[in-house]
Amino acid sequence: MSLMGLNNLYREVILDHSQNPHHKHSLANATQKITLKNPTCGDVINLELELQDDTIKDIGFTGEGCTISQSSASMMTDAVIGKSVADSLNLAHIFSDMVMGKKHSEADLQKLGDAAILSSVMKFPARIKCSTLCWWALRKSLGEEADD
Amino acid sequence: MDNKFQKIRNDFPILNQKVNGEPLVYLDSAATSQKPQAVIDGLIHYYQNDNANVHRSVYTLGQRATEEYENARQKVQRFINAKEDKEVIFTKGATDSLNLVASTYGEEHIKAGDEIVISIMEHHSNLIPWQQLAIRKQAKLKYIGLTKNGELDMKDAAQQITDKTKIVAIAHASNVLGVTNDIKELARIAHSHNAVIVADGAQAVPHQKVDVQDLDVDFYAFSGHKMLSPMGIGVLYGKKALLEAMRPYQYGGEMIDFVEKQKSTWTDLPWKFEAGTQNVAGAIGLGEAIDYLNEIGIDQVKAHEEELVEYLLPKLLQDQDLEVYGPHDPKKHNGVISFNIKGLHPHDVATALDMEGISVRAGHHCAQPLMKELGVVATVRASFYLYNTKADADKLLRAIAETKEFFKV
Repeated sequence: MSLMGLNNLYREVILDHSQNPHHKHSLANATQKITLKNPTCGDVINLELELQDDTIKDIGFTGEGCTISQSSASMMTDAVIGKSVADSLNLAHIFSDMVMGKKHSEADLQKLGDAAILSSVMKFPARIKCSTLCWWALRKSLGEEADD
Repeated sequence: MDNKFQKIRNDFPILNQKVNGEPLVYLDSAATSQKPQAVIDGLIHYYQNDNANVHRSVYTLGQRATEEYENARQKVQRFINAKEDKEVIFTKGATDSLNLVASTYGEEHIKAGDEIVISIMEHHSNLIPWQQLAIRKQAKLKYIGLTKNGELDMKDAAQQITDKTKIVAIAHASNVLGVTNDIKELARIAHSHNAVIVADGAQAVPHQKVDVQDLDVDFYAFSGHKMLSPMGIGVLYGKKALLEAMRPYQYGGEMIDFVEKQKSTWTDLPWKFEAGTQNVAGAIGLGEAIDYLNEIGIDQVKAHEEELVEYLLPKLLQDQDLEVYGPHDPKKHNGVISFNIKGLHPHDVATALDMEGISVRAGHHCAQPLMKELGVVATVRASFYLYNTKADADKLLRAIAETKEFFKV
């Protein structure tokens, strides 16, 4: 029964987010729109932001993907809604470092909210990209070229 | 039969290991096959005893390497029943072979308004070279569709191939749907319109008897690594008259006759298409693999895979939670089975199966237009080869059941 090992990846919170994703809709007043694809599996994310005075006033996503990519997008929208552009980009970097297994402080992880639970994905290297697709989309739509 | 094939498994050292605490069940041979000890030994022997550059060395090692390299070519010639060994060109793999044809024969013969006909089930390697050629030449790329059963629509083929068609390029066997296409009939149709036919045999040569003369193909491409050989070696078969008339693919060492300051002439087939230092060890490994397959018998390999599919496919079809792609008749299926667990993404399924030690492919299998046609983003694919057994099929079925339970499907 080595499927028990799956519990490390698919925690209850992750399954909840993928089954009932938050902010999964398009925005009426989007100021930025971006579509990113994961070429290895064909997953697609359309990310929409409504920026106001350097703040993410609203965020939504559509598209299709696996449990990890869907839950990651859902948790990301929770983490960055209402935050400034700089804070959101900072969170994106914390997330990227976390899943790559780099060191991070407890305080930083707390800022990610539910998304911190995806640290489990680093034990499944083939799935790291599933979790980072939405964060790449965020970085790109905030004018930052993601380099990883 | 299973007993004999149970023993075959022991010839593949990589299969004797645990993955995530479970015995490895390798079900991704359509992506690449594992290698028997005999092939691995062949590579080691070459590098320990005979390594030298071929065709240009006067000394003994060079002669030995050349002899083994050309010997491998003759093994390929006999394996696919080519008329002459000079019709067998070594390449990096099927992709390289297909690009070779597109950028030489294709480049020379396709003109604005001409048609190139492929099928909707093509792997990207037999799609993009033609698509890009069509764009360069302002030619028209046309697709043969599928029947409701997920087979190539031969009626549509007869419609799509016309007097404007110059090249027909079709997979001999699909890497997603598990079907074998009637290349012989397609060749007949193509030739009746004075078009040439290029067959992508990457999924066929490892699993069934291929006779290029009987099929009457003009070009036939395949890879070594899907048929027990190392990666980086492949074959392009071409009819001699066509190959002789074609310009070289790449320029460099060993493909020349005379080189002057302002012009050059080319050497004979097959070396005209083998510029630069070749993958000699790879070719020798391919020769070893052919010896290994011949010893078992390629028809036996085919029968073994058919037996596995006949066992597994009906069980998968019985499961209401599964969607199985390609024909549902096991007799029309080779060892490639694509499916999805309804409501679950194939990547999640593949990760779950991996935790049970089972290697399957999840994704679009380099066939995005086909995925679109099937109305899916991606699928899970289990593919079987001579070293797989019914026990492997049972483990797959059990792991699918546990995966459904885990994700509460």
